[in-house]
Amino acid sequence: MQSNELTIKARQIEAAENVKKQGTRVLVCAGTGCVANGSLEIIKRLKEAGVDVQTIQSQKMTVVPTGCHGFCEQGALMIIPDLHITYVKVKKEDVDDIIESIKTGVPVERLLYTDPKTHEKIKKNDDIAFYAKQHRTSLSNCGHINPEDINDAVAIRAYEALENCIRNMTQDEVIKTVLDSGLRGRGGAGFPTGRKWMFTKMAQSDKKYVVCNGDEGDPGAFMDRSVMEGDPHRLLEGMAIAGYAVGADEAYIYVRAEYPMAIKRLRIAIKQAEEHNLLGKNILGTGFNFTIHIKEGAGAFVCGEETALLASIEGERGMPRSKPPFPANKGLFGQPTLINNVETLANVPLILLNGSEWFSSMGTEKSKGTKTFALTGEVNNTGLIEVPMGTTLREVIFDIGGGIRNGKKFKAAQIGGPSGGCLTEEHLDLPLDYESLTKAGAMVGSGGLVVMNEDTCIVEVARFFMNFTQNESCGKCVPCREGTKNMLRILTNITRGKATMEDLDILKELAENVKTGALCGLGKTAPNPVLSTLKYFYDEYVAHIRDKKCPAGVCTALKKIVIEKDLCKGCTKCARNCPAGAISGTVKQPHEIDQTKCIKCGVCLKNCPFKAIKEV
Amino acid sequence: MSSTEISMEKIDSIIDSIGTEATYLIPVLQRVQEEYNYLPKEALVRIGVKMGISPATVYGVATFYSLFSLDPKGKYQIKCCDGTACHVRGSMPVLNALKAKLKLEDGQKNSADGLFSIETVSCLGACGLAPVIVINDKVYPKMTPDAVKIAIDEIIKREKGE
Repeated sequence: MQSNELTIKARQIEAAENVKKQGTRVLVCAGTGCVANGSLEIIKRLKEAGVDVQTIQSQKMTVVPTGCHGFCEQGALMIIPDLHITYVKVKKEDVDDIIESIKTGVPVERLLYTDPKTHEKIKKNDDIAFYAKQHRTSLSNCGHINPEDINDAVAIRAYEALENCIRNMTQDEVIKTVLDSGLRGRGGAGFPTGRKWMFTKMAQSDKKYVVCNGDEGDPGAFMDRSVMEGDPHRLLEGMAIAGYAVGADEAYIYVRAEYPMAIKRLRIAIKQAEEHNLLGKNILGTGFNFTIHIKEGAGAFVCGEETALLASIEGERGMPRSKPPFPANKGLFGQPTLINNVETLANVPLILLNGSEWFSSMGTEKSKGTKTFALTGEVNNTGLIEVPMGTTLREVIFDIGGGIRNGKKFKAAQIGGPSGGCLTEEHLDLPLDYESLTKAGAMVGSGGLVVMNEDTCIVEVARFFMNFTQNESCGKCVPCREGTKNMLRILTNITRGKATMEDLDILKELAENVKTGALCGLGKTAPNPVLSTLKYFYDEYVAHIRDKKCPAGVCTALKKIVIEKDLCKGCTKCARNCPAGAISGTVKQPHEIDQTKCIKCGVCLKNCPFKAIKEV
Repeated sequence: MSSTEISMEKIDSIIDSIGTEATYLIPVLQRVQEEYNYLPKEALVRIGVKMGISPATVYGVATFYSLFSLDPKGKYQIKCCDGTACHVRGSMPVLNALKAKLKLEDGQKNSADGLFSIETVSCLGACGLAPVIVINDKVYPKMTPDAVKIAIDEIIKREKGE
């Protein structure tokens, strides 16, 4: 353990020297995405090739495994900051060439990123279109430091804000700074963070808790995972600052069990911070105590709702309860509790370090700062991005995302996961912030942004989300339990061509009732995908119901596969390959498909040598 | 699996190492499941008795969370992601190919040889690589119906070789 008297400034100098001693740092992404693309093997090969011990012109090289760089599509990623080189799609076989390139300073051409529009090779990170328009603040360290080494974090000012808060600021001053910054909750509803802190501070109790909501359950969102994996100390520092401000000495991080790497790295980070006296008892000799525990989730989406999350930490079924009392007054184990999401807390140290004006200078009038979005689906560049609030959807999808894959047409973007809504072409110039999105019937939510092209059936997507929320409904309140079930039933019937126009009215009525009547956030937002798609794609619903047609050609029950008698030569190939035994006919005679048996798998369609089989 | 294979001493020692207070129920269940691959009925009762919680409550918690399984799982646990990003990039054809490869009927979760068990999950947070599957802890990125068949064949080959 380091001595208490040593201030963080002194440690920074020491840490920076340690980093300098590493010489040329070879940063290899070891986030979940790149690990799946073999980055651990690359790190192993680099070490075997002697990178950590070899010197180039009397300078050392060091392999540094980092967190997520965000550009998962191009993994495995490697950055060599000293040489301003970014390598993409690196394989373990490339290691020897890479070492050679570090020695000579000449980059390996084939590993540089190729701009899909200009076909130019791009060497520098900042010149890649995916990164150029981004403004990475809460993710600024992800991909640039070793998350398993506190030294890396301290060298770039981790825990400096915490020390300043404890030594030089009162609780109220800290809260005021957060309030003035305009930071709002990044987990969904967008409640002003400073106000939440104020309420928790005002609550009278000897014991208070801070809880970090890392139960990132929204399918299609992975920003919290990236922060926990790539820059865990930023989160821990944010929690400790929050703890100081509200008067808590104990905290929990609730992490999804689906994120084993995040759990592992947080554990390491907590241990290292305690060893350095930056967490635990008597932090930096100031008398401030703050202990952080990790609680693994067990797979329940509803636990993202704060009261359900608290129940889960207490060892019970994760079911929400009605509010008030709010957790700020009566939370974990009945004590005042501050609950913030990972990304929210990750912004805190930066605000305290750079001042509230710095933060509020970014974004729009009511939505300050930056927001991360998990850009996925049918765009060219998928990955994790961070942009100032108010950036337009067009900039995100077409500039950063590089447009729609395979030259297809943009159809819709689902934002905010199963609780969010669909945005269409008319919203492309909409600024992405809390107010504009809510007005358009969507929400920022956690920031999942799934892009869909013309081949996506919107009704199917609405059914998909309803299937998800119905599965995850905890069953406590009637509107959600029964409402989601019935909405799902109607949506399924529509995709099967079995619904009536009357069902559509019932669907809308149900959606509105569940939205107002459900107990918690899950139920209240579950109808959003239905309501927003009904609003913007009403014709597509009608086509399914009235014309029994799926305009995108996705809903299999509405497909019909037929054999054109004139073209069929009776080769029997289709009948032999049909898995359902739905095709009959004799050799050299036109065949026929029994529509009651056909499962619309399309095998016959693909195999017919005479193109006699068609989908109608 | 017969009850003789469940060691009550083992379950007691897991509880003792974590804590007997009711708030530790979920971590205890997680550790017991790690040990046995699933939550045997006898274990649930024992946990309840030892921790002073009614077995009905233990059962209630165990069935609430999707991570817990009351049925044995295969040696290789396949998680097929059907989150939004995976869904729009074709996770369903991948799942269907998996089911066909393992000869699973609708609703059947374990392969006949007990080697594989399959489940769909909502998001594994690897959306940039959609569609993905995870076999035990290994993430398989950008899956296609053909690629999953190859992945399964590789495992079967490895198993036969051992």
